[in-house]
Amino acid sequence: MRNKGKLVFFDGQKALFLLLDPVVSILLALAAGAVMIWALGIDAGLAYRALWQGAFGDANALANTLLYAVPLMFMAFAFAVAYRAGVFNLGAEGQMYIGAVLAAWAGYAVTGLGHTAHIVLVLLAGAVGGGLWGAAPAVLKAKRGVNEVITCIMLNYIAINVTNYLVNTRGPLRGGSTLPATPVIQDTARLSKLIAGTRLSSGILIAVFCGMALYIFMWKTRAGYKLRAAGLNAQAAECGGIPTTRCAVTTMIIAGALAGMGGAIEIAGVHSRFYAEFSSGYGFEGIAVSMLGANHPFGILLSAVLFGALKNGASAMQIQAGANAELVKVLQALVIFFIACRWSIAKLLAYKWGAAGKDGGGEAREEDG
Amino acid sequence: MKNIIEMRGIVKRFGNFTANDHIDLLVREGEIHALLGENGAGKSTLMNILYGLYRQDAGEIYCKGKLAHIREPGDAMALNIGMVHQHFMLVQPFTVAENLILGKEPVRGLRLDMAAAKRRIRQVSEEYHFEIDPDARAADISVGMQQRVEILKILLMGAEILIFDEPTATLTPQEIQDFFEICRVLQRRGHTIIIITHKLKEISQISDRVTVIRSGKNIATVETSKVDEGRLAEMMVGRAVRLRPSKERREAGEVVLEMRDVHAKDPRGLPALRGLSLQVRSGEIVGIAGVEGNGQSEIAMVLKGLAPFSKGEVRYQGRSYGKGASVQRLIDSGVSHIPEDRQKSGLVLGMSIRENMILGMEDWARFKWGPFQKQKEITAFAEEMRTRYDIRCTGVGQEAQSLSGGNQQKVILAREIARDPQFMIVCQPTRGLDVGAIEYIHAQILEQRKRGCAILLISYELDEIMELSDRILTIYNGEITAEYQAGQVTSEQIGLAMAGFRAAERTGQDVPEKKAGDAV
Repeated sequence: MRNKGKLVFFDGQKALFLLLDPVVSILLALAAGAVMIWALGIDAGLAYRALWQGAFGDANALANTLLYAVPLMFMAFAFAVAYRAGVFNLGAEGQMYIGAVLAAWAGYAVTGLGHTAHIVLVLLAGAVGGGLWGAAPAVLKAKRGVNEVITCIMLNYIAINVTNYLVNTRGPLRGGSTLPATPVIQDTARLSKLIAGTRLSSGILIAVFCGMALYIFMWKTRAGYKLRAAGLNAQAAECGGIPTTRCAVTTMIIAGALAGMGGAIEIAGVHSRFYAEFSSGYGFEGIAVSMLGANHPFGILLSAVLFGALKNGASAMQIQAGANAELVKVLQALVIFFIACRWSIAKLLAYKWGAAGKDGGGEAREEDG
Repeated sequence: MKNIIEMRGIVKRFGNFTANDHIDLLVREGEIHALLGENGAGKSTLMNILYGLYRQDAGEIYCKGKLAHIREPGDAMALNIGMVHQHFMLVQPFTVAENLILGKEPVRGLRLDMAAAKRRIRQVSEEYHFEIDPDARAADISVGMQQRVEILKILLMGAEILIFDEPTATLTPQEIQDFFEICRVLQRRGHTIIIITHKLKEISQISDRVTVIRSGKNIATVETSKVDEGRLAEMMVGRAVRLRPSKERREAGEVVLEMRDVHAKDPRGLPALRGLSLQVRSGEIVGIAGVEGNGQSEIAMVLKGLAPFSKGEVRYQGRSYGKGASVQRLIDSGVSHIPEDRQKSGLVLGMSIRENMILGMEDWARFKWGPFQKQKEITAFAEEMRTRYDIRCTGVGQEAQSLSGGNQQKVILAREIARDPQFMIVCQPTRGLDVGAIEYIHAQILEQRKRGCAILLISYELDEIMELSDRILTIYNGEITAEYQAGQVTSEQIGLAMAGFRAAERTGQDVPEKKAGDAV
């Protein structure tokens, strides 16, 4: 009816509103963090300034922030695409390991290719490895009804230990050095540096490209439509003729491929070879990044940079302000905490201000037949 | 009789929306007072104010002649006002007794005195003829029984004035009668009852007086015995409403769909259809009458291709379904479906109207461009449907979950009819909708019949079946028990057949046999 427009957010407002959530959460987290830092007897202002300087202070700082952000972007994509399709992908870590080790192998064992061709091969190897690893829990769920959360977590350990074995003393992919790692990849397999003199590779461009591709896939293609429908309401999707189990498998292959490609980029852009246990838990941080980014590719790009900045600024904060670098993990946790309870906060505020907003809107919206 | 509750000039606004616009409500002591209005008319808001869940922006409430300041439900309880909400709030794994003492547990020393609690519950339950078993688990008792537990809960808190918000929405016809009986018992014991409803029939059955609310304003308060349903509908909607759809006679065409001796199981693996046979011809509406849970859902599931059947045959336009058909192929070949539960099966609530509008048609040539979707075409289609079906929304980008029930049903109806179906499975098309919407939905279904579509109507509302159908089949325990021509049967006859009595001697023919003969 005519009053309805006042109650429902139309699109432009909706986008703004979506952004409001994480921004408020971050501000609340920073405020709570400040109290904590102050309680430790440290100047919170100084600590935050140092954190900012360390993360964005100069070209080198910025490059390192983005460097940390790249794998997080891929891991968050891997979580988000599955989440949108109604599958809880906690297996990005394992998918990344398998992708990375395959990419490293393609990087050192294959010779005589041109630069572009070799890079493409390395990325493909990563995607295939991750994709297969991601498909496993989905197929198990479709065929046997096994809970994907449990298989994903178990497959993480299997992936880590299998890759450990591959590069261990007698492992088949072990390189010549004393490190538990593969041989160094060919020069043709290395991603070029984006900013000279820094460690930042062109991997970030691939990440941004993947984010845009993911957006187009999810919101502009028929397959993406089906995945989202299946994720939001499997029963209605089935009624509309969408095969939801097949959707879940497709989704997990895509998610795994993204995680695997993230692993490949870490190898080709940063480490130049596969190390045993090279990841510091990117797969799990990716979940937080995805949630903070509203499980949307563009949101993820932003939230990954934030997490990269926290990680990168941590040491500066420790050196300049004397705040332990681990405090950054507390800040990350606080961000997640406030994101998780954003609805309760919104409700609480609405209640306190006597708006009775949500419920009133519900009644008023129940309008007309 | 004196007024026990007087609400005068109540105003409540939500933002720019005025839910209650100077409403007066006078409730007499010991009466059953109905509050009638369409969804969103503001009746629940008014009662939530009386119960202290909302605060009015203007106006006064008098309780037993004294000005009352009701800020929260506790204040209402202190004035002996209790409310049973539409959605029950029982802790499912708890027993009835545990639910009833929640928050005010009787203790002896440090121990919970369960025995005393149960004694008290049994005593009050007997007093009001509730027949409540305090040891039953909330999850295991029927909806009607859960409602009684809710009523008992507020009685135990000392409620004298009871507010029921849409009490019959989730009840079966028999449970509704039982509920009315409870209302009468409560009334005899001196309680005052306010019932929020939009169902006209119930008002004449149970209430003494009725207050009609429309768009936040009160239209009138009348003695129920002095008005008829048509007049009430007019007051509620604001225009003359056709309560009985007009339907011209027409000859049915050839058989479009046939089920022969179909056996199928329900999701728990128990037999649900036991040798069910039926035919639907083009241009006719076949109504399936029966008590919920006698295999109706499974008929829809089988015909939709969502559930397999173990024995028998289903033929659509002469072609056999085989053992379960693909949903997509059926959709493409002209089978449409209005699902029983519009929010669970009909719509993806988190998607926009335009995205919901093409569900099931997303791969159709009209909406695709290679792997991509033709966004503009989809929007244009959704806009066209919005205009044609008068879907009230801010735009087709609005999420389906923010629509009212009637508008949600219109989205489904628009989508399913847009496919030019040859056969429609229509389940519970008007559940929970108000008169205006029901009138519209019925007209649309009849329009499809006129176009020559074969329609199978499954509804638990006997009135709906009798008004729309050309032929009526009764279902009991997974079998068709009787067949009637519309207009040649009374609701009592159908009621008997629904309860499992065969009607063979009445129509002079055994129905399943006749079917088998036809099929040769």
